[in-house]
Amino acid sequence: MTTSSTGTQPAQNVGSGLADSDFAIDARQTTTLGEAWQAYLNRLRGGDMGALPATLGLVVLFVVFGSLSDTFLTALNIANLITQAGAICVLAMALIPVLLLGDIDLSAGVAGAVGAAVAALAIDDHGLPWYVAVVGALVVGMVLGAFIGALVAKLGIPSFVVTLAFFLALQGVLLKMIGQGGSVRVADPVLRGITIKNVPVTVGWIVAVAVVVLFAALALLRHRAQVRRGLAHQPLSLIVVKIAGLAVVVLGLTALLNVDRSRNPNFPIQGVPYVLLVVGALLVLFTFLLSRTRYGRHVYAVGGNREAARRAGINVDRIRISVFVICTSTAAISGIIAASYAGKVSPSSGGGNTLLYAVGAAVIGGTSLFGGKGKARDGVIGGVVIATIANGLGLLNQASWINYVVTGGVLLLAASVDALSRRRRSASGVS
Amino acid sequence: MTTTPLLELRGINKSFGAVHVLHDVDFAVYPGQVTALVGDNGAGKSTLVKTIAGIYSADTGQRYFEGEPVDIHGPRDAADLGIEVVYQDLALCDNLDIVENMFLGRELMKGPQLDEATMEARARETLASLSVRTVKSVRQSVASLSGGQRQTVAIAKSVLWNSKVVLLDEPTAALGVAQTRQVLDLVRRLADQGLGVVLISHNMVDVFEVADRITTLYLGRVAADVATKDVTNTQVVELITAGRSGDLGLASV
Repeated sequence: MTTSSTGTQPAQNVGSGLADSDFAIDARQTTTLGEAWQAYLNRLRGGDMGALPATLGLVVLFVVFGSLSDTFLTALNIANLITQAGAICVLAMALIPVLLLGDIDLSAGVAGAVGAAVAALAIDDHGLPWYVAVVGALVVGMVLGAFIGALVAKLGIPSFVVTLAFFLALQGVLLKMIGQGGSVRVADPVLRGITIKNVPVTVGWIVAVAVVVLFAALALLRHRAQVRRGLAHQPLSLIVVKIAGLAVVVLGLTALLNVDRSRNPNFPIQGVPYVLLVVGALLVLFTFLLSRTRYGRHVYAVGGNREAARRAGINVDRIRISVFVICTSTAAISGIIAASYAGKVSPSSGGGNTLLYAVGAAVIGGTSLFGGKGKARDGVIGGVVIATIANGLGLLNQASWINYVVTGGVLLLAASVDALSRRRRSASGVS
Repeated sequence: MTTTPLLELRGINKSFGAVHVLHDVDFAVYPGQVTALVGDNGAGKSTLVKTIAGIYSADTGQRYFEGEPVDIHGPRDAADLGIEVVYQDLALCDNLDIVENMFLGRELMKGPQLDEATMEARARETLASLSVRTVKSVRQSVASLSGGQRQTVAIAKSVLWNSKVVLLDEPTAALGVAQTRQVLDLVRRLADQGLGVVLISHNMVDVFEVADRITTLYLGRVAADVATKDVTNTQVVELITAGRSGDLGLASV
């Protein structure tokens, strides 16, 4: 690791200027696509797997289900898959900041359902407009999150225990709000429309093209600034490949979803489901928050080394409380999406496996339960993997026990990849 | 010594309950010099460092910074004066890269966004000014660095903020030969840039190699404050273990 040159450097040779030779080894760029690929391979060997396992897994699932089922790859089923994955993707994304600190929130699923119940009751019983209802759900989520976070950060109760207590108690609250055996229907055209309505074809195209153009512009501008100021940067060819990749996925999906997928020629169904826009917007928001803001940097720092973060002057308690606020309020959005899909909120909403599937999704996507490692996109990729397993096995008419076993197996596989890559990382870290 | 000390402590006393840890300690740090702070376990080195850093408040005694009397009530005050401490258990986050670690808690912003470009440029500038040649890229994660490189980053982090006094707590304790070499070179370069450097170490070889002055603590008292060239290794070891060596040291213990 250490180069021999420093050992022979006489101490009086003071580097006061900024000549290039002072810092000659510093690699500012990988010049060619080949080198970038090599650097990526090295990162993989070093144990930094990123989203690769989940992406590969998704490809395998699509190939397997696509070859076993005639209907899996049809536009109708892909649209279904997207609406089925919406709630779990959002819930998994909500959990990412909490998982980044090495904490967990077992109550997020039920808390999200409580938020959804508040929204549904506000519309049904009090006739409030949908946006007031949604704000109400978000506020409920924030208050619950602040309460959980304060108990974890200030009282020092392990987050597992605090959120387990909330998981149990909030199910009772939900039951009391809705009533034994009852349910609150979600009939509001906007909220119900999140999962059953589609964006008009032209608007879908405009949004898709805008997303690609914006991403390309930002990436190219950033690259130009980095080159101009002599900073570390990726080769232009790699950035072009990334832009092309995003364009293929976004425009391809839009094209597929904008085709009429109805079985009945008299009632055309076409367009991107609204839920995809909601998930996409949250993904952009979370990615920006975690990777481009001071707050996000501090979340990673606290997750990586709490003591170092404290010494750097970061208010660790405030960060810990804030992630629970973010988690629970985003979980409320997930609860609303789930309620929109089901058309109702019932006392069992958000219970059962909901939360555990979301944790599994985050881990499958590449987020570590040990804290400090993970990205917002992990939740989305992992959520799609879990939804794909359920969707594909359902199409193959498999018994539901197989669904559980396969999902469990995939989660175990993802956790093993995480553990093994951690071992790789620590091995390559000390060399 | 004719120059004004950058940092000077006079008559510092500190007790923890009934235990009197520091007795009338005088300690001075001069610009452009490496002052070694040596002493056996329990001699009060860590307490003195934490008092300087503002983590502990002294019971009695005065502090002067660049000749002016100052009050230090907390780590924030010390940092504002330009006093930085590099602790033994390096305060770095493994999951962040070098630039991110160096600016942790003091990130530069451009509107709502982090100003990554300026931070990277300044981190590179600082590392270059310290002639750090062993780091492959400022964008590599700290987890992939060797012990010596990590120590280098921790020290560079303290220099980044135009600090004037840097206290290094056992910077070479866990390092191999080549890495110790790097860190000692770096310590020397810090002093050559005009900073006041305090090196806390158990390793006499290191101390004699880089230090200009040696301050020995013995049971909470300053046994001697001497120029390195005036003493021998044996004398310093005697000062550490017995508090006196010939006509040097405490008169009677």
